[in-house]
Amino acid sequence: MSDEMIRFHFDVDGDDFSSAGAASVEVKKRLRQLGFSPDVIRRVAIAMYEGEINMVIHADGGTVEVEIGDDDITMILSDHGPGIANVELAMQEGYSTARDNIRSLGFGAGMGLPNMKKYTDDMKIETEIGVGTTVIMKVNV
Amino acid sequence: MKDLKFLAEKMGLGHICGSTEREICGCYAGDLLSWVMSHAEYGHIWITIMSNINVVAVASLCDVARVVLAEGVELDADALEAAKKQDICVFSSKLSTYELCTLVSKYIDE
Repeated sequence: MSDEMIRFHFDVDGDDFSSAGAASVEVKKRLRQLGFSPDVIRRVAIAMYEGEINMVIHADGGTVEVEIGDDDITMILSDHGPGIANVELAMQEGYSTARDNIRSLGFGAGMGLPNMKKYTDDMKIETEIGVGTTVIMKVNV
Repeated sequence: MKDLKFLAEKMGLGHICGSTEREICGCYAGDLLSWVMSHAEYGHIWITIMSNINVVAVASLCDVARVVLAEGVELDADALEAAKKQDICVFSSKLSTYELCTLVSKYIDE
């Protein structure tokens, strides 16, 4: 790990859709300033936004750490929500446990986790029922 | 590729906010935001009936060229404010999503 690694930290508020995405938009802006390619920026921004939204919908918020290394960008999303009962099921496109009021906002299509996997080069989910979930995603640069 | 201004005029779109300087290479229609993020591409016009603030975030994050609100839908006040702040270009139209898609198809190659 490089000593010069750039790190960002963001707190994500729970149940607040008006500010959901603020961290992703900020990361996008900073990656653009750092000169990353539009493709890398888009992949990081979308994966992180999906993670943010998941934390708002399911876990009453959480935190996001972004680490920019020489070879990849790592996003670590941590929450103290209910945990994911069946990760394999949650990874299937179309599977969602979101409430109807969430669906009326345009979310809850069951594409969040699949999108996060699709747009990243590596994704790990560590989850424990009643304790919380940590999602670690990497995008190669 | 087609100039957005040209397309907007041909399609009779109402300009709500944001810069109209951009080339358009296609179109994506959809209201489920994750689905849009999965399929809409850079340079697409995004046609939707969603009007909340998350539309602005999605448009910004997936770099779609412009958002067109179909069926006479109007942006929520906080969404309009965010769109102006982030210079996201938004149009409105009384036409249906289907009608708008057919117009994009007609004029994009003209």
